[in-house]
Amino acid sequence: MTVRIYVPIDVAAIACGAEEVVAAIRAEAHRRNVPVEIVRNGSRGLLWLEPMVEVATAGGRVAYGPVEARDVPALFDAGFHEGRGEHKLCLGQIEQHPYLARQQRLTFARCGITDPRSLEDYRSLGGYKGFERALTLGPAAIVEEVFESGLRGRGGAGFPTGIKWRTVAGAPATQKYIVCNADEGDSGTFSDRMIMEGDPFVLIEGMTIAGIAVGATKGYVYTRSEYPHAIAAMNDAIAVARRAGLLGKNIGGSNFEFDMEVRMGAGAYVCGEETSLLESLEGKRGLVRAKPPLPAFVGLFGKPTIINNVMSLASVPVILSEGAKFYKDFGMGRSRGTLPIQLAGNIKYGGLVEVAFGIPLGDLINDFGGGTRSGRPVRAAQVGGPLGAYLPVHQFDTPFDYEAFTAIDALIGHGGIVVFDDTVDMMKMARFAMEFCAIESCGKCTPCRIGSTRGMETLDKVRRGEDHVKNLALLEDLCETMKVGSLCALGGFTPYPVVSAFRHFPEDFRPEPQLQAAE
Amino acid sequence: MASFEPWTQERAAAIIAHFDGMEGATLPILHEIQEVFGFIPEAVIPMIAQALNLSRAEVYGTVTFYHEFRQELPGRHVVKLCRAEACQAAGGDHLADCAERRLGVKLGETTPDRRVTIEPIYCLGLCATAPSAMLDGRPVGRLDEDKLNALLTEAQL
Repeated sequence: MTVRIYVPIDVAAIACGAEEVVAAIRAEAHRRNVPVEIVRNGSRGLLWLEPMVEVATAGGRVAYGPVEARDVPALFDAGFHEGRGEHKLCLGQIEQHPYLARQQRLTFARCGITDPRSLEDYRSLGGYKGFERALTLGPAAIVEEVFESGLRGRGGAGFPTGIKWRTVAGAPATQKYIVCNADEGDSGTFSDRMIMEGDPFVLIEGMTIAGIAVGATKGYVYTRSEYPHAIAAMNDAIAVARRAGLLGKNIGGSNFEFDMEVRMGAGAYVCGEETSLLESLEGKRGLVRAKPPLPAFVGLFGKPTIINNVMSLASVPVILSEGAKFYKDFGMGRSRGTLPIQLAGNIKYGGLVEVAFGIPLGDLINDFGGGTRSGRPVRAAQVGGPLGAYLPVHQFDTPFDYEAFTAIDALIGHGGIVVFDDTVDMMKMARFAMEFCAIESCGKCTPCRIGSTRGMETLDKVRRGEDHVKNLALLEDLCETMKVGSLCALGGFTPYPVVSAFRHFPEDFRPEPQLQAAE
Repeated sequence: MASFEPWTQERAAAIIAHFDGMEGATLPILHEIQEVFGFIPEAVIPMIAQALNLSRAEVYGTVTFYHEFRQELPGRHVVKLCRAEACQAAGGDHLADCAERRLGVKLGETTPDRRVTIEPIYCLGLCATAPSAMLDGRPVGRLDEDKLNALLTEAQL
């Protein structure tokens, strides 16, 4: 009997040797005359175990990981192709793994289970059910369903998605657009990449529903040139959906029309800002636009445009298929539903954790994440990417909730958590935040363009011991100017990591005469 | 190793013509030009400007805005080292120092023998298997000094 073996095609697995593992399994199976079918699934998100190989058995899928090519002969010896659990890499029935069993996977329900390029797989686990219900509801009711779900923009701003959709639905125009912001540039985040590589149809379905809801016939996914595997998966899935009549004219046998394509950025972090992204899609320098007018009225090529993050759009199918109430029943306060959180940096069990809003930060870092990979004590965690605050351990009881994070001068952003151990130099991290802003500033507004460079210089003076008390006061003043005076979140939020580092770890912001002498 | 075609105006014109009628075609054209020739030759800028009814300054401005577009040929191999926070937290600074020392050039530069270009990159999305790098489009995670040295040896061949 042919053995079905799953080896992820997610780039995190590939970067850790998945292709070599596939070749080794093929060779070993051939040598032993064991017929195998290798399925390239997405990743389940237990990334410290990648490449994680699964074998289909009568009792469910049994996993092994992290597997290296050189482990493969021993795995066969231990009967892994029969799902036996004798090898030390055996993880047992993967569905029962505590890392997965404790999650509430709505957006990532299929990721890691299916072959991302198989429409049959997608449909077999509830795919296109949301689309079918959307067709029966009609545009106005779809918008209300999304509004009722309480879904807020997952890109970082947390703006209610339903309000955005209402605005675009009500804007009169001959052409409207759906733009998916897949310019996932924040360090410590990879959920957009994982869903595009592991379940691209869910994004296609979400964008299609958005198109029907607001009367847009064309969609763009704007993603990063650093994500070639995600681009390939999206393009393949779009071609499959088109052939199946799910993109194009009369989609799914209805009177609606919607088609989409993938566009690639070129290494500019600021293009994740929505108006900069629109400029880039139009072929220009990614200069931030002043708002108003909002993109909902004057967006891509001057037309009314929905611009939503990948995670927001990929949450739409489950909201439509299961209903707004089902989704809204997860979460806390005004943060409804689930958030795919990414555990990264110096962490033992890094990966993707989709849970309802409300989970304390410390549970994620310690219970799911297992503390640092280095084994040293955790000192700080940066939440929300390069523009997010550094939080000290005593704030780890903060629940994942937009308002709770705002209350401690922090942000959830795109849900990435980067963990640092006690060897981190927080003044260096603050300087890096300024440096990154200087490298990535679009240059349109002065606080960001000039302020970031001055911030770097000021921190260098502090390190060298030049008037360090005076210069720290100057730094705080500069941060205030950048925060209130910048045109977009790049300059406006760079003060979050800088000020939080200074406020919570002031002992690191001191001159280092010894270091200077050593150099 | 990436292999690039020598510049010809005919080839460039054919690439540009391929995107005829596409909305906002500037970036897709530039990506394709770089894919074929390895960089954005100056001579292509007026050609793109004419095809898209833009000024040369607008096209040149787009080329220079984006980190990814090059105006000269890279080394035979390109190693991109992730320098963002998650990789820093996992020991990326030390690896960047090692790479610079071994090759004798700074990040963003090409070795004098034109074999290797090393570049900083800000996030490959491999943050749970950090530190990460990419050799000519091939991603590598869980980098340590040994793996980095093997990667650089491969790049120097």
